[in-house]
Amino acid sequence: VQIAARSSDGLIILDITGDIDLAHSPQMRKLLMSEIKEKGTPKVFLNFTHVRYIDSSGIASLVEGLKASRDKGSRLILYALNKNVYEVMQLSRLQKIFEIYETEEQALTS
Amino acid sequence: VAGPCRKHRTDERLRMSVKRKEARNGFAEIAPGTRSVQRPEQEQGEQKLVLRMELRSDPSALSVVRGAMERVAELLGFTAEETRAIVRAVDEALANVIEHAYEGQGGLPIAVTCSRVRGGDAKRGEGLEVVLEDEGNAAEASELKGRDLEELRPGGLGLHFMRSAMDQVEFTRNGGKNRLRLVKYRHLIPAHSCK
Repeated sequence: VQIAARSSDGLIILDITGDIDLAHSPQMRKLLMSEIKEKGTPKVFLNFTHVRYIDSSGIASLVEGLKASRDKGSRLILYALNKNVYEVMQLSRLQKIFEIYETEEQALTS
Repeated sequence: VAGPCRKHRTDERLRMSVKRKEARNGFAEIAPGTRSVQRPEQEQGEQKLVLRMELRSDPSALSVVRGAMERVAELLGFTAEETRAIVRAVDEALANVIEHAYEGQGGLPIAVTCSRVRGGDAKRGEGLEVVLEDEGNAAEASELKGRDLEELRPGGLGLHFMRSAMDQVEFTRNGGKNRLRLVKYRHLIPAHSCK
């Protein structure tokens, strides 16, 4: 998996490319926790446009990130989830727990 | 996080053996260049072997297995939604073996066997049986129970994904080996007309 970062005042966008599975979710988790807990970034956006697949370990990393962001009073925002990834969010009953938007524009103006 | 024997991983190679079906059955070679199992076609009653993969407990094997499972499910005529569910279930099962049964230790054996099975009733058409076998730790009873989804916490979703996706999920342990059997049937009658 590849993760590129775009940052601006008070926000960061993480563009993720690849599958978020047991092999790669630790990398995403580490980056996510660094932004939320260590740097205290107020808004962290995860761009899922190029994520084909996410497994339960990836979901666990997102939940951990969400809990950390709530503790810090910051926001974790997901957008551009494909059908496969959104199905996993629904199966986990997390689609209404996370802030999820269809496009980057919608996410940034939220 | 590196397991205690992670250093051995570099010496381990993923070995994937693919059972090729004959063209008359509508099956193509699933992974060109992979080694075929050198034994006659296995037919046990109503089962027909489609694919057997012999893997090592390395997370990099997951994407290989997902790709193979997607092809197998498509070839057996499952819908796109059913195929995604099967891929998800097998991926979670394999990840559980790597992470829990083998505690993250690399290079240990896992076999994944896919067979075509008959449905046996009017509502169920042909199905896909996937059996995962490993020599790792036995699963704890609590690990086989799943968890309450209302609880917001990381972890514990893999079993839920498997049960949601498959018609049968059976775990057995015999002779120091774990055996997880996953079965999904093609449903012949649309769900909305089943009352």
